[in-house]
Amino acid sequence: MRWVIGLPALWLLVLLAAPLAIVAVIALAVPADGIPPYDLGFNLDNLSLVATDPLYRDALLRSLRVAGVSTLICLLMGFPMALAISRAAPRWQNALLLAVMLPFWTGFLMRINAWIGILADDGLIARMLGTRLLYTDAAMYIGIVYTYLPFMVLPVYARLSRLDPTLTEAAADLGAPPWRVFLRIILPLSLPGIAAGVALVFVPAIGEYVIPALLGGPQAQLIGKVLWDEFFANRDWPTASAVAVWLLLVLVVIPGSIVRAIRWLRPDRA
Amino acid sequence: MTASPFLTVSNLFVRYGSATALDHLDLDVRRNELFVLLGASGSGKTTLLRCLGGFVRPDGGRIILNGADMTGLPPHRRPVNTMFQSYALFPHMSVAANISFGLRQRGATRAETQQRVAEMLSLVRLEGFGARRPGELSGGQQQRVALARSIAPNPALLLLDEPLSALDQALRMDTRAELVRLRRELGISFVLVTHDQDEALEMADRIGVMQNGRMVQIGTPAELYEAPANRFVASFLGAANILSCVVAADGVSVALPGLGVSVRAEQPGAPGPGLLALRSERLRIGGAAQPNQVEGVVTGCVYAGDALAVTVRLADGLVLRVKRSLADGLDSARLEPGSPVRVGWQPDACILLPE
Repeated sequence: MRWVIGLPALWLLVLLAAPLAIVAVIALAVPADGIPPYDLGFNLDNLSLVATDPLYRDALLRSLRVAGVSTLICLLMGFPMALAISRAAPRWQNALLLAVMLPFWTGFLMRINAWIGILADDGLIARMLGTRLLYTDAAMYIGIVYTYLPFMVLPVYARLSRLDPTLTEAAADLGAPPWRVFLRIILPLSLPGIAAGVALVFVPAIGEYVIPALLGGPQAQLIGKVLWDEFFANRDWPTASAVAVWLLLVLVVIPGSIVRAIRWLRPDRA
Repeated sequence: MTASPFLTVSNLFVRYGSATALDHLDLDVRRNELFVLLGASGSGKTTLLRCLGGFVRPDGGRIILNGADMTGLPPHRRPVNTMFQSYALFPHMSVAANISFGLRQRGATRAETQQRVAEMLSLVRLEGFGARRPGELSGGQQQRVALARSIAPNPALLLLDEPLSALDQALRMDTRAELVRLRRELGISFVLVTHDQDEALEMADRIGVMQNGRMVQIGTPAELYEAPANRFVASFLGAANILSCVVAADGVSVALPGLGVSVRAEQPGAPGPGLLALRSERLRIGGAAQPNQVEGVVTGCVYAGDALAVTVRLADGLVLRVKRSLADGLDSARLEPGSPVRVGWQPDACILLPE
């Protein structure tokens, strides 16, 4: 029976730990002409290059900003959606949830290509606004928010739908106007859902390279695109791996500290 | 002063779709009174309470509290607090934060709030529990926190929705007395909803019995129990024996057609066909001295701790429930099923009801 218990551990080892270890090993290797294009060793040059070279640093910072802004927009749009769905009549809730998930039934690239048509210079929206949209930051944000919004709505909804409605009644009964019921009861009690939604949007958004490449402008690079280019265009595996290592550090450290901050900020120690 | 209506509900009407939840209901609650709304589930008592709290907007009628019309006011602008059946304590806040929530909404200063929270904690005997979370408390303690939270803002009227239903039997007994004591000390009017008739009889200053969205009868516990207005009230409060009868023109001679017997009542009823209600504890087995008597056969005799619950089948097949006293001990009170007995009662035990 022991091996049955060991199976999940083996699974984790093969599918998670081993690939991470391989990336880390390559990040410490020296670039070389050959197959594979590196010589094993222990060399911190790649990691320090990625940390100090403005190309990588700026791409990483810009990715953080894009992911942060996208996550914020998703939260501001997704929370009211989740709240509305959780407050809708029970027979409507499943239909509304289905509408949130409906885009997943079509291929991701097809949906992004559809946005190219919608946002194109001779498209309806660009003409109405009288401005260019496609290949700008605005188009990139539209694409990212559109793609990741369901990942914010669903966990927040899951939390809100389990919120006992008598808690909000009790708060109103004790004299709290609706906005204060929201701030003191609904928002704090939905924080775990918000944290899950933020993580589910922020983490993939920071490494996103397809949407910026298809909808965004050529001017500024995001870290996902840099990684792609190092790996496939420059065939510089050690540098690409070093970028990946730094990205992973940022992804683990930032959401981790957000979760910690939320726990610390919870107004439950009054 | 105590008799002036403090809360007046007039002609209140609520529909849910095609179902009528409250049917043109009228109600007065006096200042400083513990008023109990009693009814089966679906009788509309909870809907009435939610109208008073502001959670249900009535389709018609008015709610006047202390001279001010609050029919259209949202819950947060009513000087009314509710103790919810599920307690609805805020799980992310400490006990002290729960209790101070209403005070903070009313703009109390930090010092006032602290003092009031301490007062409330000692009132419900939970000193030292202020820093705990609701999840760390027992059911009885949560119930007391919910009570303290709803009393803390000093409401003009406190609404209690089945406040004792989640407690176990022993705790419920203690808490009944506790609520009555608190109400006297605080001088707040309480409106309490329950489906438990013992709770209603023991705690209430007055009871309003509800059925199908209407107020069937309002009165003190003794009035309702001794002089129920109709069959529903008689059987809902204290499960009376109900017999068909015909009242003679004098109003006190009562014929029991199924038995061929005539009995006398003390309080006259309306002449003609009607119902005779008899409380099981007013009936006596044996005792030839009773003015009213019927004959029957014992069909069952169940020990119920404080009395014997005896069932007696009468000649017409009807079964009377008799509560047999154990004042002379269990052995002398026990009856064998099958033995013929006389069941007797005093004229003032007859409750005459319309058919």
